[in-house]
Amino acid sequence: MENNILVKLNNVGFQQNQKWLVQGVSLQVEKGKIVTLIGPNGSGKSTTAKIALGLFKNIEGQVEKFTNNIGYVPQKISIDWTLPLRVRDFMLLTDNLTEDVIDEALSLTGVINLKDKSLGNLSGGEFQRVLLARAISKKPELLVLDEPVQGVDFTGEIALYELIKEISEKLNCGILLISHDLHTVMSATDHVVCLNGHVCCSGSPKEVAKNSEYKALFGEQAAQTLSIYEHNHDHVHTNDGDIKKN
Amino acid sequence: MFDDFFIRALVAGIGIAFVAGPLGCFVVWRRLSYFGDTLAHSALLGVTIAYSLEFNIAVSIFLISSAIALILIQLQKKTNLPSDALLGLLAHSSLAVGLVVIGFLTFIRFDIMGLLFGDILAVNKKDLVTIWVGGALILLVLRLIWKPLFASTVNYELAQAEGLNPDRAKAVFTVLLAAIIAISIKLVGVLLITGMLIIPTAMARNLSDNPKKMVIFAIIGGLLSVFIGLFSSLEFNTPSGPSIIAAALVLFIFSLLKVKQTIQLKN
Repeated sequence: MENNILVKLNNVGFQQNQKWLVQGVSLQVEKGKIVTLIGPNGSGKSTTAKIALGLFKNIEGQVEKFTNNIGYVPQKISIDWTLPLRVRDFMLLTDNLTEDVIDEALSLTGVINLKDKSLGNLSGGEFQRVLLARAISKKPELLVLDEPVQGVDFTGEIALYELIKEISEKLNCGILLISHDLHTVMSATDHVVCLNGHVCCSGSPKEVAKNSEYKALFGEQAAQTLSIYEHNHDHVHTNDGDIKKN
Repeated sequence: MFDDFFIRALVAGIGIAFVAGPLGCFVVWRRLSYFGDTLAHSALLGVTIAYSLEFNIAVSIFLISSAIALILIQLQKKTNLPSDALLGLLAHSSLAVGLVVIGFLTFIRFDIMGLLFGDILAVNKKDLVTIWVGGALILLVLRLIWKPLFASTVNYELAQAEGLNPDRAKAVFTVLLAAIIAISIKLVGVLLITGMLIIPTAMARNLSDNPKKMVIFAIIGGLLSVFIGLFSSLEFNTPSGPSIIAAALVLFIFSLLKVKQTIQLKN
């Protein structure tokens, strides 16, 4: 199964201004699998994703990357008004795509009508759909999605999560998905990693569901796209950031 | 045909406008106008070194400007001063040192006004070759680094995450900036080169809704500025650099009318 691994983090950590943003994280993303990172604000989800993408130079631990065909949806992106950019220009940012490929991707995320609009005139949700369309248009082997549905309306959110699931199956690509929402995680997720500066707990949602007292909860929700991942922590976080074992 | 000084100035200006358009767009997009200024100020030092060592002026300016860019990057890493203070420090000290050195070189007659503001009479046939060959090279290299440079201008992390090399593109772009300053100093002058880069570009921004259009309009704006500027320089006996920049300013003011219209349409 070695050759199915797209990216592998081995005990990685990153510190900035003498403060560890994240430490001791190990995970791997395989072809056709979705790994979801969850955790509160400032828990190091985006940092972990950026480590996986190779955006930091001085990290602890090892990152092994087995693909260079990557699509990335960053958490924050601001387009400067000094740079006039239409959606179609933005789609061509890192790759040379044909019109057909661009149209297909924009149709999938439901924003084909915005193709000639200026990027600065889009609403938050529209922009998010364009970001997602851009990331999937190049048919990547690895997709890194940092809160890809922020600002999207509720029905759109479910549709986009279903789309993400579909894409992972169709393209057989691995997905590293980030959500700051502790309760709403896709049922399609193969592996959940809960972060809070380090890995608090991790595992397959289904396994957790089978083995825990929350089986009933998962059983009820399994048919739906959204499911609840219940935490089984062996420690608590105090307000000053310390970790206390139960 | 190139025996007429005015034709030479015109051909030189056309060459510069073609290169200044695309480079100027990146200067504006990446917010580098003060950085361009600093490189241009250091060019005077390059000129004096060229004279005292009897060295090619364009090459000398190119080397000094590149060196100043490298020094700036080092200072940014090793001091706690903000970038604008470091840029000011380098711009004014290199301009000052350049002028002091000129003071010492009493055996050479310098046309300081010409160096600072450009001189329509100064462009010779060799300069035309430098401008057109150098300009073609600059555009070729810019074409090669366009994708990573543009992508990282929009979003650095996105470009890097998806396998482009933004740091290399940025370093190469800095060198290109030093190169255009080196080839355009005679016509436009030390103090106004950045104006040639950013004013036609600013005009182009008012008229465009996509990057390609903006580059094309920046080139057209530059060409028009060169034509209008040089003809009025000839007519009114004004220095060439300020005449070109003043023409660019007039075009920019006209482009504001278009912005006003678009804003009214939006409301």
